[in-house]
Amino acid sequence: MIKRRPSIQDPAAESQMFNQRALFGFVVVMICFLVVVFNQYKLQVVMHDHYVTRADGNRIKLIPQPPNRGLIYDRNGILLAENRPIHSVELIPEQVKNIPEMLAELAKLIEISPERQQEFLKEVKYHRRFVSIAVKEHLTEQEVAIIAVNQHRLPGVTLEARLTRHYPYGELFTHAIGYIGKINAKELDKLEEEGVTANYAASRDIGKIGLERYYESQLHGQVGFQQVEVNNRGRVIRILDSKPATSGDDLILSIDMHLQQKAKELLGENRGAIVAMDPRDGAVIAFYSNPSYDPNLFVHGISGKNYRELLESPDRPLVNRVTQGVYPPASTIKPHMAILGLEHGTVTEQSRIADPGFYKLPNYSRPYRDHVRWGHGWVDVYTAITKSCDTYFYDLAVKLGIDRISDYMKKFGFGSRTGIDVMEESAGLMPSKEWKRARHKQNWFPGDTVSLGIGQSYWSTTPMQLALSTAILLNDGLKPTPHMGRYFRNQLKDTSLIAPLERVIEVKNPNNWQISKEAMRQTLMVQGGTGFNAFKGISYSAGGKTGTAQVINMAANQKYDANAIKEIHRDNAMFIGYAPAENPTISLTVTVENAGGGGSNAAPIARKMMDYYFTRQSAAGAQP
Amino acid sequence: MNRLKDPSHKGLLAKLHLDGPLLAGLLLLCITGLFVLYSASGQHWDMMAAHSTRLVIAFGAMLFLAQVKPQTFSFWAVPLFLAGTAMLVMVLAFGHVGKGAQRWLDLGFMKFQPSEVMKLAVPMAVAWYVSSHPLPLKFRHLIIGFIMCAIPTVLIQQQPDLGTSILIFVAGIFVLFLGGMSWRIITALALIIPVGCYSMWLFVMHDYQKRRVLTFINPESDPLGSGYHIIQSKIAIGSGGFEGKGWMHGTQSQLEFLPERHTDFIFSVFSEELGMIGVLFLLALYAFIIARGLIIASRAQDNFSKLLAGSITLTFFVYVFVNIGMVSGLLPVVGVPLPLVSYGGTSMVTLMAGFGMLMSISTHKRLLAQQ
Repeated sequence: MIKRRPSIQDPAAESQMFNQRALFGFVVVMICFLVVVFNQYKLQVVMHDHYVTRADGNRIKLIPQPPNRGLIYDRNGILLAENRPIHSVELIPEQVKNIPEMLAELAKLIEISPERQQEFLKEVKYHRRFVSIAVKEHLTEQEVAIIAVNQHRLPGVTLEARLTRHYPYGELFTHAIGYIGKINAKELDKLEEEGVTANYAASRDIGKIGLERYYESQLHGQVGFQQVEVNNRGRVIRILDSKPATSGDDLILSIDMHLQQKAKELLGENRGAIVAMDPRDGAVIAFYSNPSYDPNLFVHGISGKNYRELLESPDRPLVNRVTQGVYPPASTIKPHMAILGLEHGTVTEQSRIADPGFYKLPNYSRPYRDHVRWGHGWVDVYTAITKSCDTYFYDLAVKLGIDRISDYMKKFGFGSRTGIDVMEESAGLMPSKEWKRARHKQNWFPGDTVSLGIGQSYWSTTPMQLALSTAILLNDGLKPTPHMGRYFRNQLKDTSLIAPLERVIEVKNPNNWQISKEAMRQTLMVQGGTGFNAFKGISYSAGGKTGTAQVINMAANQKYDANAIKEIHRDNAMFIGYAPAENPTISLTVTVENAGGGGSNAAPIARKMMDYYFTRQSAAGAQP
Repeated sequence: MNRLKDPSHKGLLAKLHLDGPLLAGLLLLCITGLFVLYSASGQHWDMMAAHSTRLVIAFGAMLFLAQVKPQTFSFWAVPLFLAGTAMLVMVLAFGHVGKGAQRWLDLGFMKFQPSEVMKLAVPMAVAWYVSSHPLPLKFRHLIIGFIMCAIPTVLIQQQPDLGTSILIFVAGIFVLFLGGMSWRIITALALIIPVGCYSMWLFVMHDYQKRRVLTFINPESDPLGSGYHIIQSKIAIGSGGFEGKGWMHGTQSQLEFLPERHTDFIFSVFSEELGMIGVLFLLALYAFIIARGLIIASRAQDNFSKLLAGSITLTFFVYVFVNIGMVSGLLPVVGVPLPLVSYGGTSMVTLMAGFGMLMSISTHKRLLAQQ
């Protein structure tokens, strides 16, 4: 525009130019401010909700609150599993300047093993921010006091108390109730699968075995939450909202603590199992497997040495003999076999066989010996059961055939799990032709059927299966579901765990049940019965059947001599029984490993259990 | 209001060589700043006391400089510029290291930041040089003016202090712009600047400054590291919404998720607690002060005064824009405080000293010009 630049100052032109420039500057300023306003509008109005969410994400944290685990009581209201406060000394790594130094300081005050110190330093590396880690758990009262008085010189170190499980009766209920322990990776995966991980946000423990595992979801309860406002260092400024945790339901068992104690006392040093059940509804009154072990060791985290000891012990205390111990049922299943024989018409109430002391398959020369070498003479179904005549049942079994036996005995629950409320259960084995072909690549031999008649051969059962089959027999074919848990209780209501009976066996002639039961009554109540000596002088009526299970096969002519063979090869003593005979309220299943004959070793235990049970009942009845 | 209109009071302001509207704007801004700082500091009374003390010193500096005639500024411009440049060299040689940067000169009795002096010395010296030639500027004068801007800029950049070096550079450039730098050169510069920026990236910028720029481009790439500041700041601003969360009720600021909340990021606190309404008010206040400054510049009698006043005013705007821009994600984080609101001493005194010069320019008029 201006072609010739003035060489001398021209105030008016200069001033005009300056004003133009200043105005231009101001326009730029206003444009910039408009940009700022537009940006503020975008952040504060358009994206407001997004940033509110993020601001809340910064400041609001959910702190899960663990629920109290439901307590477990016996039928008398005696506490069997309780929650006790334990103390631990914990440390928040972000709040401790020198962790190894602090650890050394703590180790001067309370005992912390060098292994634990190493382990702790590893845990520090993998922990969540601002979450405290336990340096030592299960502090003694003295240790709590030492930490408490030194707290002022231990910044970042805190004493924490939380509830943990305690089993006041120790080993008495380990196999029944089980125990809880720290949640492991596998269990975490399972929780995730079930979609309940959130409910375990604050929980450290989970039911590992027994009732604690079976009823985990009801016992655990519902996690609670505290919604808190935190600052940038994770410190809680205030509580915004809270939803308290809901305690797990209390579990009331049908188990009687006193009878359980009696079972333990009676088994003493012997390996074995005792089940006491109310046959009317399957309620388990005693559930004891010997030897046992202290479940509290597992709650606190068992040491490697203690665990190895349990694992390697020849007595195998970790095995739950009630539901995992598999034994040949031996003569205890003779009453069941009799029902099949009567139902099928193979035998009748009056039919008899001659027992010379052995049985021979047609066209075979090998004798199958009776336990009485000279035989029982003429034997009917009653004598066959009361005196436990083997020959009678060898004959019956062969006449019935494997298929029929296998099918019918499965209806009594043999070969499948009973559905008792523990998960550690074996199905036992009810052999069949198909099973043998698949398992042993062999055909079923007639000889296999012979010994099946007296509950030997491949047949194996758990004590719980025997107890259930007895209950089915006593209920004339109605099957209860065995259970230790009777009901759950919370503030609102009780929830029964008793399932209705289910018909599993239909009979043509209901009297057949009575024949078998009468024979069992006579076994205990009539002179000459195999259980008569054991039940001599009882004040009530009872029925039952003894069994003596061979652990090793004998040669045809070999005589069994308990003293001549190793203890673990001796016979298992078996017994099933019930009382009162007419209308049973309790049934007993006793298995004593390698103890010898069932009549002299298992039956007396059952008798003492019954005596104790009825004495306590009449005492309780007399009280009010 | 009546008092302001009262002639005797007008007389008082005139006697003190103060410009009424500008003073009102500054006071309102400083009072607003005190309220925000009270909240941002977490009700920290010691900090409030220190800030107030600095405000008093800053207003004292303003009052003092308002009494000085513009001609005196012109006279001292070159000696101050030379002394300041010498001190910048000394800082680099024996300066005191604080927060990883060498910015302070220990004078024995006090620590002193020569770059603050240069914030005023550079526009003064460039204005002096430009005003001694007829306007608009000839190209060679422009080059010399540019070199005068560049020397202290490079020295301060070496400390390193990107924020201050930019402010000083633009203060000088504004003088050249107002002095009539031709539009052709401005256009050429607009084309050269991207190239310049890239070469700065390659040869001049320090790693931490490069990180800031990278984080600015994508703050979410490093949410816990260098992106943390800007992310938290945007969350604070955005969550404030239109009405704000209320004074002292900002969660980002009160719970300390927002870093540097009482210094560089105080605008985020302001936005969070007072919302967009508050921001509009604050921007209006800044716009008023800037407008008043430009009016004073335009009414000034000589070129030196015009150029100095214009440069001081526009530099003040750059402060505001760079700070708000950086905390709201428009610009990279360069460490410029929000003028007269952020906590922090020296820069506030320098700013008010600059406004003192504006007051002086506004109130010292030669009779000659009135004819």
